[in-house]
Amino acid sequence: MKYSLTLAASLMATSAFADPLTIYAPDYFGSEWGPGPAIKAAFEETCDCEIEYVTGDLLPRLLLEGARTNADIAIGFNSDVTKKARESGLFVPHGVDMSPLTLPLDWTDDTFLPFNWGYTAFVYDNTKITNPPTSFAELVNSEEDWKIAIQDPRTSISGLALILWGKQVFGDDAEAAWAKLAPKVTTVTKGWSEAYGMFTDGEVDMVLSYTTSPAYHIIAEEDQSKSAALFDEGHYFMVELAAKLKTTDQPELADQFMAFIMDEKFQKLIPTANWSYPAALPKEQWPTEFSQLNYPEKAIFLNEDEAAALRDEAIAEWRAAFSQ
Amino acid sequence: MLCLKNVVVQQDDFRLQANFDIPTRRRVAVLGPSGAGKSTLLSVLGGYLATTSGRVLWQGLDITDQPPSQRPIATVFQDNNLFPHMTAVQNVGLGIKPSLKLSPKQTEQVDDALRSVELGDFGQRRPAALSGGQQSRVALARLLVQQKPLILLDEPFSALGPSMRSDMVDLARDIGARAGATLLMVSHDIKDVEHFADDVIWVEEGMCQAPLPLADFLNHPPQGFKDYVGD
Amino acid sequence: MARRVLAINPWPGLIVAGLVTFFSLGTLLTVALRADSFGALDHFDWASVRFTVVQAFWSAVLSVGLAIPVARALARRSFWGRGALITLLGAPFILPVIVAILGLTAVFGRSGIVAYLLNLAGLEPISIYGFHGVLLAHVFFNLPLATRLLLHGWVSIPAEQFRLAGALNFTSQDTFHHIEWPMLRTLAPGILAIIFLICTTSFAVALTFGGGPKATTVELAIYQAFKFDFDIGKAALLAGIQFVICAIAAIASLWLHVPQAVMSGQDRIVQRFDTGRFRLKVLDAVWIVMASLFLIVPLLAIVMQGASSVMSLPEAVWTAALRSVLTAVTSAGLSLVFALALALAAIRWQWLEGVGMLSVAASPLVMGTGLFILVFPYVDPASIALAVTALVNAVMSLPFVLRSIGPAVRSSEQQFGLLSDSLGLVGWARLRLVILPRIRAPMGFSAGLAAALSMGDLGVVTLFARPDGATLPLQIYRLMGAYRMDQAMGAALLLLLLSLVLFYLFDRGGRAHAVS
Repeated sequence: MKYSLTLAASLMATSAFADPLTIYAPDYFGSEWGPGPAIKAAFEETCDCEIEYVTGDLLPRLLLEGARTNADIAIGFNSDVTKKARESGLFVPHGVDMSPLTLPLDWTDDTFLPFNWGYTAFVYDNTKITNPPTSFAELVNSEEDWKIAIQDPRTSISGLALILWGKQVFGDDAEAAWAKLAPKVTTVTKGWSEAYGMFTDGEVDMVLSYTTSPAYHIIAEEDQSKSAALFDEGHYFMVELAAKLKTTDQPELADQFMAFIMDEKFQKLIPTANWSYPAALPKEQWPTEFSQLNYPEKAIFLNEDEAAALRDEAIAEWRAAFSQ
Repeated sequence: MLCLKNVVVQQDDFRLQANFDIPTRRRVAVLGPSGAGKSTLLSVLGGYLATTSGRVLWQGLDITDQPPSQRPIATVFQDNNLFPHMTAVQNVGLGIKPSLKLSPKQTEQVDDALRSVELGDFGQRRPAALSGGQQSRVALARLLVQQKPLILLDEPFSALGPSMRSDMVDLARDIGARAGATLLMVSHDIKDVEHFADDVIWVEEGMCQAPLPLADFLNHPPQGFKDYVGD
Repeated sequence: MARRVLAINPWPGLIVAGLVTFFSLGTLLTVALRADSFGALDHFDWASVRFTVVQAFWSAVLSVGLAIPVARALARRSFWGRGALITLLGAPFILPVIVAILGLTAVFGRSGIVAYLLNLAGLEPISIYGFHGVLLAHVFFNLPLATRLLLHGWVSIPAEQFRLAGALNFTSQDTFHHIEWPMLRTLAPGILAIIFLICTTSFAVALTFGGGPKATTVELAIYQAFKFDFDIGKAALLAGIQFVICAIAAIASLWLHVPQAVMSGQDRIVQRFDTGRFRLKVLDAVWIVMASLFLIVPLLAIVMQGASSVMSLPEAVWTAALRSVLTAVTSAGLSLVFALALALAAIRWQWLEGVGMLSVAASPLVMGTGLFILVFPYVDPASIALAVTALVNAVMSLPFVLRSIGPAVRSSEQQFGLLSDSLGLVGWARLRLVILPRIRAPMGFSAGLAAALSMGDLGVVTLFARPDGATLPLQIYRLMGAYRMDQAMGAALLLLLLSLVLFYLFDRGGRAHAVS
C-alpha cells in the first residue's frame, strides 16, 4: 500500500500534467461503456493536458463540497435539477458560442450548456404489440391489456420527466389520467435499469425509456424488435448539460473543454456511446440508424422554473392516483 | 496449613461462614445436605467467588485476593473438566502451560502423567471418544502435572458408577500422595468418604464446622448427618 | 454474584462500540448538523412510516414462521447433498437487489415459470405485484438467514437431551414442547427483530414488487430527500425516524428475550429417536423440497440468463470482480474482529451487544453522506474508496456476525470459564485455545455471510467511487445503464458464483475438523 502510494506520487511528479482537468460526471458517463473515455481521448489529443473523471451523484456531491470542490467542470446535469444547481452559485457562465446547437428548441442559458438530448417515450416490443398507441391519450384510455413498467418520479429522472410530460398533456385532468393508466402499469421501479431489465426479460411489453433506445438494439444487437411509440401530443424533451465551476483552478483549460463540447469530434461520439441525440450536429450527420428512427414531431419542454413550480403538485397527483 | 479466618460469603439470603484450619497433606471430605454450601466453600477456596469478609491463608500467605490460576490450588469440577475440542494430551498439557507451547521435557511429563493413569495410548483422543471413567482420569492426570499443593475435588466422579467411582477416589488419593498435596473432596457417598478421608468437614445451612477426624465424626455424628444418611 | 477476575481485556470491545456508534449515529448527526433546515413531514411520509413497519413486521413473522419447520427438517434429517443445500440456501440473502429482482420475476412474474405452470394447469396467473409481492420477496431474502440461525439453535441442543427424550419415549410433539420450543423461545425473538430491521431499510425491492408508490418505505423517502430534493435536513429527520422504529423493535426483542440456559454436551452429532415415523419423514421432505424450490429456482433463472455471456465478459468486469473479492475478504475479517471484541466485552456489559446491532438500522445513504462530509476536507474521498467500503461493510454486517457468534462466545464462557480460570488461561491464550475453537462453526458461517454481503453491496460507495475503481455490483449497474443487459446478467452470475464460493469457503473452514 505504502509502496504503491509512493509509486503513484512519483509518477504524478514526473507527469507532464501535474494538475489534470477534473470533471465531475454521473456514474454512467465515466464508465467504460459510457461516452467519457472516448471524449477524454479526443480532448487530450487537442491539448497538452489530462482529464480526470470523478463519478457518482453529481449535484448532491457538489452541494456537499461547496466552494472547496476540486471540480473544474461538471457534466451530466438534467434540466430539471439546474434550478437548484444555479442557486448554489457554484457555476459561472461558459461563454461558448451556442450557434452550432441543433436542438429542436431555442437554448439561451449562458451557464448550462447542452451536450446531448432525447425524448422520453414508451418503448415496446413490436413482435408482441402490433397496434401501439399513437397518442398519450390513447395509451391512457385504451382497452388494450398492455403491461407497462415505469420509473418512480421521486427517485428517477426519467420517471419525473413522465410526470411532467403527463401534466403538460392532461393539465388539470392529469390525476384522472394517471388513475386510468395505473391498471396497465405492472410495476414502478426505483430507476431506469430495473424497469428496462424487466422489459428485455419479457416481464412487461412496454417500458418508459427514450425514443433513442431502439437504436441500441439495432446497432449493437441487430435486433429490430424494439420500437418507440410516437405520440401526437409530442414528447418530453430531456437535455443533459455541462457547466464550468466558479472555483476552477484551470479556467483556460475549462473554457477549452466547454468549447470542445460544441466540436464535431465530441458530438459525433454521442449517438453510439450515450445512445441519445447529439446537441450540436445536423441530423444528416447522425448515424443512419438514428436518422431512420421514428422521430417525434413536437417537443414538450418545461424550463427549470416551470418544472420546479409544477413538480410537487404533479408528483402528489401521480402518487394519489397510483396509490388507490 | 490452610487457614480460613472468619470467612463470610453473603449471596442474596444465603450466608456461608467458615472459620477453621486444615493441616498440610490431610485428606478432607466435605459432607453435608444439598444446598448447604459445600460447593460454595470450594468456590471461595478456588477463587471463583469473592468473600464478603474474612481472609484465606495458605502457609501463612494471604491468598484472598489472588485470581484462581495464581493460587496454589488445582480443581476438578463436577463437569466440564475437559475441553471437547482438545485431545487428552492437550487437555493435560494445559496444566503445565496455558499457551500449550511445551518443551520436549514438558511433553514427556504429560505422557508420563497419562501413562500413570493408564491412558498412555489414548493421548490423541478427544473427550467424546473416551468413556466417562477415562475422561475422569484425564482430569486427574492433569492434577499430576499441575503440581499444586492443594487439590479441590468438587463431586468430580458423581456421574460414574459405584465401583468406577471408588477406583477414581483411590486414584485421586494416590495422586495426592505422590504430589504431597492437601486434598478437599465434596462427596455425597459415605463409602467414598470412608475410603478417602482423614478428616470430615460438616456443612449445614451455611455453617462449616471445623474438620473432625473421620472416626470421631462417625462415632459422634451431628443430628443433621443422621437425618442425611437416613437413620 | 461477586465474580471475579475478567479473563479478557474489555477495551477492544469498548473501542468497537464507539466505532459502531460513530458510523451509525455519528454520521447521522453529522448530516443533521450540515442541514440548513428540516423539511416538515407530510401525510405521505407518515404513510411511508406505516407501510415500512407493517411490511417489515409481516416479513419477519413469515420468514421465521416458515424457517421453523424447514430448520427442524434439516436438523433431524441427513441426506445426500445436505451440506451443499445449506450453503446454497445462503445465496438469496447475499444477492444484489437488482439481480434478485430479475431472478424473482423470472420465476414468479407475469411471464415467469409459475405463471407458465398455472397456465398449463388451466389456471389464471397470480400477479406478484402488491403487498403479497413485497412479502414474497422479503421472505425469499430472509427465510435462508432465519433457517440458518435456527439450525444453529437446533444443533446446539445437547444430544443428551434427545437421548433422554428417546428414553422417555417422547413423541415428536413432546420433543417439540419440552426441548425444541424452549430453544426457539430463546432464539426466535432475536431473529424476528433482526429480520424486521433488515426489512425496514428495504427500498427498491419493496417498490418494485409492491407495484407502485403505495409500497413506499422510509428508505425511499430518504433517497428522494437526499438525491432529488437535496434536502439533507429532511433526509436526516427521516433517518432519525427509521432509527426510532428500529430502536423500538430492538427493545421489544430484548423484552421478549429469554436468557439462554447453559447447555452442555459433548459435541456429538444430534441423533434423534422420535423421527422414525413415515408421516414425519414425508412432512420433513416436503418442507425441504418446497423451501429448496422456492429459494433455488430463482437462482437457476439467474444462472440461465447469465450463462451465455459470463465467459465473454469484458476485462473491466473481471478486475472489478477481483477488487470486490479483496474488499469482501478484508471486510469479513474486520467484521469478525469487531464482533469478537464486542462479544467478549459483552460478557461483562451485556448492553454492548445492543450497540453492535445499531448499524442495521442505519441508512447506508446517510452513513455514506456523513462520512463524506467528515472526510472530504482532509482527503480525496476517491483515494480511500475501497478502505471506506471495507470498513463500512464490516460495520454493516456486524449485527449478523454478532448475532451468530455472540451466543457461542457466551456459552463457551459459561461452560469453560471456570476451568479456564483455574488453569490460568487468560488473554490471548484463552482466545486462541478455548474461545476460537469453540466458536469456529458460527465464526465460519458469519465470516462467509459478511464476505458475501460485502460482495453484493452497493450502498455507501456512490459518493466515494471512482470510474476506474468500480466494484462488481457497480459494474453491473453500469452495464445495464449502457443497455448491455446480457453482459449485466453475465456479471450478475459471476457475482452470484463468487459470493457463493466465498461463503462456502468460509463456512466450510468453520465446519472442517468439527469436533466429533
